[in-house]
Amino acid sequence: MLKFSEDHEWMLIEDGIATVGITEHAQNALGDIVFVELPEVGASYAKGDDAAVVESVKAASEVYAPLTGDITAINEDLEGEPGKVNSSPMDDGWFFKMTVSDSSELDGLMDEAGYNEFIAGLE
Amino acid sequence: MSMNNQGRPSSAVGGGSSDAFETFSGHKGLRLAEPLIYEIGNHETTGVDVEEPSDFTSSLGALERDGEIGCAGLSEPDAVRHYTRLSRLNYGIDMGVFPLGSCTMKHNPRLNEKMARLPGIGDIHPLQPQSTVQGALELMQELSHWLMTLTGMPAVALSPKAGAHGELCGVMAIRKALEARGDAREVILCPESAHGTNPATAAFCGYKVKSIPGKENGRVNLEALKDALDDTVAAVMITNPNTCGLFENEVRDIADAVHSAGAFFYCDGANFNAIMGKVRPGDLGVDAMHFNLHKTFSTPHGGGGPGSGPVVFSDALKAHVPLPYVVKTSDGAMELKEWPTSDGADPTLGRLTAFHGQMGMYVRALSYMLSHGGDGLKQASEDAVLSANYILAALQDVMTASFDGPCMHEALFDDRFLKDTGVTTLDFAKAMIDEGYHPMTMYFPLVVHGAMLVEPTESESKYNLDQFITSMRGLAGEAAAGKTDRFAGAPYLAPRKRLDETQAARKPVLRYRAPEETP
Amino acid sequence: MRYLPLTGDDRQQMLDKVGVASVDELFRDVPSGDLNPRIDLPRHKSEIDVERTLSRMAAKNTAAGSVPFFVGAGAYKHHVPATVDHIIQRGEFLTAYTPYQPEIAQGTLQYIFEFQTQVAQLTGMDVANASMYDGSTATAEAVMMARRVTRKKRALLAGGLHPHYRAVVETTTQFTDDEIVAFKAQPADPHTELQAIIDSIDDSTSCVVVQNPTIAGHVMDLAPLAEAAHAKKALLIVVVTEVMSLGLVKSPGEMGADIVVGEGQSIGNGLNFGGPYVGLFATKQKYVRQMPGRLCGETIDADGNRGFVLTLSTREQHIRREKATSNICTNSSLCSLAFTIHMTLLGEKGLRAIAKVNHHKTQQLKAAMQATKGVEVLNDTFFNEITIRLPKDATEVVDALANQGILAGVPMARLMPDAGVDDLLIMAATETVTEQDIQALADAVKEQVQ
Repeated sequence: MLKFSEDHEWMLIEDGIATVGITEHAQNALGDIVFVELPEVGASYAKGDDAAVVESVKAASEVYAPLTGDITAINEDLEGEPGKVNSSPMDDGWFFKMTVSDSSELDGLMDEAGYNEFIAGLE
Repeated sequence: MSMNNQGRPSSAVGGGSSDAFETFSGHKGLRLAEPLIYEIGNHETTGVDVEEPSDFTSSLGALERDGEIGCAGLSEPDAVRHYTRLSRLNYGIDMGVFPLGSCTMKHNPRLNEKMARLPGIGDIHPLQPQSTVQGALELMQELSHWLMTLTGMPAVALSPKAGAHGELCGVMAIRKALEARGDAREVILCPESAHGTNPATAAFCGYKVKSIPGKENGRVNLEALKDALDDTVAAVMITNPNTCGLFENEVRDIADAVHSAGAFFYCDGANFNAIMGKVRPGDLGVDAMHFNLHKTFSTPHGGGGPGSGPVVFSDALKAHVPLPYVVKTSDGAMELKEWPTSDGADPTLGRLTAFHGQMGMYVRALSYMLSHGGDGLKQASEDAVLSANYILAALQDVMTASFDGPCMHEALFDDRFLKDTGVTTLDFAKAMIDEGYHPMTMYFPLVVHGAMLVEPTESESKYNLDQFITSMRGLAGEAAAGKTDRFAGAPYLAPRKRLDETQAARKPVLRYRAPEETP
Repeated sequence: MRYLPLTGDDRQQMLDKVGVASVDELFRDVPSGDLNPRIDLPRHKSEIDVERTLSRMAAKNTAAGSVPFFVGAGAYKHHVPATVDHIIQRGEFLTAYTPYQPEIAQGTLQYIFEFQTQVAQLTGMDVANASMYDGSTATAEAVMMARRVTRKKRALLAGGLHPHYRAVVETTTQFTDDEIVAFKAQPADPHTELQAIIDSIDDSTSCVVVQNPTIAGHVMDLAPLAEAAHAKKALLIVVVTEVMSLGLVKSPGEMGADIVVGEGQSIGNGLNFGGPYVGLFATKQKYVRQMPGRLCGETIDADGNRGFVLTLSTREQHIRREKATSNICTNSSLCSLAFTIHMTLLGEKGLRAIAKVNHHKTQQLKAAMQATKGVEVLNDTFFNEITIRLPKDATEVVDALANQGILAGVPMARLMPDAGVDDLLIMAATETVTEQDIQALADAVKEQVQ
């Protein structure tokens, strides 16, 4: 199940674990990503907490935990190759995986078509 | 006649182009390529004569450093040449108009440099007995007098090392004053147009930052400010004249609203150059304001510092000034107070730097002030404001002014005039480099799109201003006409073309390593 | 007025172009009544008059170079080659702005890159920044950085740390989350002092801040301290107030430091009554994103030529605003240029030699003090500074010698007024001191303590 937030994050939910990244639209708006600060495995976040930071040359943006849960894995490849967020935001450029503590939080999120409509409305 | 046929051609001949070849040296005429010292120096060469002591044994035993440090040395001629060549890759005020908004890049008088190098100023130690530095303490007193008189404020702290350090000093004093009255407050309000240091400073002092919106006319929205003011607000930090280059015309109402909410009014004095001798912040209700001596009072920017950021205080805050400070004793001697009273009740906010602050900058600033006098400072502000308005008037038909004039000492434009040209603010600024100018401040303040903030200062002649205006009009015309070649890769004529900042940040190389050390 | 180029005619033409009758119309936003207040300041002065006024003030001070001079304690009188002061006054360096436009600031950027390399080499660390205000503020920044790195708050400050530095740390962190524990200075017993710190490191400790050489001049082996700190996942911050010592003393990096901060004034910069100076800040590669201050990095331009830019600036206030690593937005660039030129003139060979000369002069000073009856030297180890115990109040001795034209040092009581150290005197001897100076000092001290 692929879901999207209004903060331009996507999450792929499989077996109770959400893989989280930022969208194509977001990476395009941020420009060349030069650094990604990831959370620690095991850390717990409530929905909306600052979980990661993504930096371009001239800007730093917070990535929020889209759900409440614990971090189970992080994409260590981004440390050496932050450009993956630009080249493959929805795939190799994923940020972290987390547990889904409260599946009702998924209800407020968008599906792909809904998100596309959402960003079209921003312009 | 005697016919000397050894003459050389004295008129231009040829017709080739330097585009057709590369030089063998890598130099391009007067534009000389320069390697790093590590690529031209070595461990044996030195540019000083130091006789090693003949019978030397250190007393350090196992704590003596062994192994190579890695320093590269150059002889004196090579060192002079290396740094001279590097200097020629730089732009400075001495070379031309430097219209960098918010930075006040005015002429740096050389008299100031000479005064800072008097042995009795440059060669005295901060911990000499005070009886041997009475003149230095007197100089600090004199500078304080000028700063207090120009602002109409009763106290000044000289020691902050730069503007942001001055902000820290001011906000700490505010917090001290609130704590002294048992009033814990949590919030500092900053306008959206604030310098980045303002929120960073507030956070440093443990405050939450709330943003207050601006109005259509580029000023603080007084009603929104009033709505945000309650008993949790410690202070409001406002730059006046503000970062849009405008005077806050409701400043007295702002001060009254802030004070009636029990909060303090911090003024960022970065733009004091517009109002020297014209307006005293103390009359407007300001509680604390820092100066940037390197902006307003002509101490050199030096490629990014050193700065100096004295802070003036109102009666409500003056008890909390940091240590050390100079007091005049009853017998006329100058005394430096360096420590708080030992009973623990001293209201000082503490010590912000190891010694007494930037003496080297104090003397330069005082030299500048004495040179101008009260009359000259006022004239300087008037000229700075007039020059900015002249630029605004001369460019507003081809560029888009963000707000109606008059402006203060800087004119703000935005990128609406570049809409649909394919040229960005960045491109426009970089094209100015090819025109021989340092770009204006761009993308600041954040409240307008593609901001271009132009501050000519009082140091430019009308001739210089007119030349500058001609270039700017020319560039704006080219952009409007869709002739974008000169913008797309600009600068073309600088020592370097645009640099790859993405690569620099992705794979940071922050120091030289010899090839054999490189992992 | 000689600095103002506009003529009366120019001003009139410009007012006409703007469309106002007088310059005060441009100030129409100023509340009425607040414009043009009476300001009681003297009128403008010629160069001659300004020079006369300031020279008169300067003449009341005793210049270090004019007398036998032994004052140190965080600022040192060294010889600065004439080349240094000549180059830093070139307008292209002196009157440049922060190198935000790298295409026309490669001169500044390249010397910063050289400076960062020199500082990293001297301190034995991986990376250094483009400089801080001074050593004391760099120390405060280091304490806060250690909190960010370790996510712990308790910073232990050694008693051998310069008391002004301690005060700056305490002031700077008074409203942050840091908890500062300052240890009592034991100038006569540095080893007990160090052990006390080692015993206090616990799991809540973010960092240990220790100065080497200490305020009393002792040179310490910091390896055991590093080991103890690292065992509790705390950082070791080493403060160096006399950077020239690094030409002779084992580097903090070799002893296990995680962050090295220091005062760079000794190299390239004059005494200037306390400022401007140049703060040094170096650390390990892995902590670079938690560093405060500017950093310069290497890259290429659009033609593939090597060039330098300010980088990793997302840490800084102009981007992160309230989330920045620090509110600092200047470095001490011109002072760092002076440092870099002086270092380049010295080179490896010159630095080693001058460090030896400093140490040697201080050996002579120590011998002269030991030979003075009633004077006790507290130091077994030292670089170019020692502390002596006098049989009377050190401030009295210093004042008496100042009246005789000898600046003998810093009474420790000036730095710690209530610590019961009234009889201690800190004295430094650099390459500028002659044997005659030492003899004159020894004779004068002898007379005082008899």
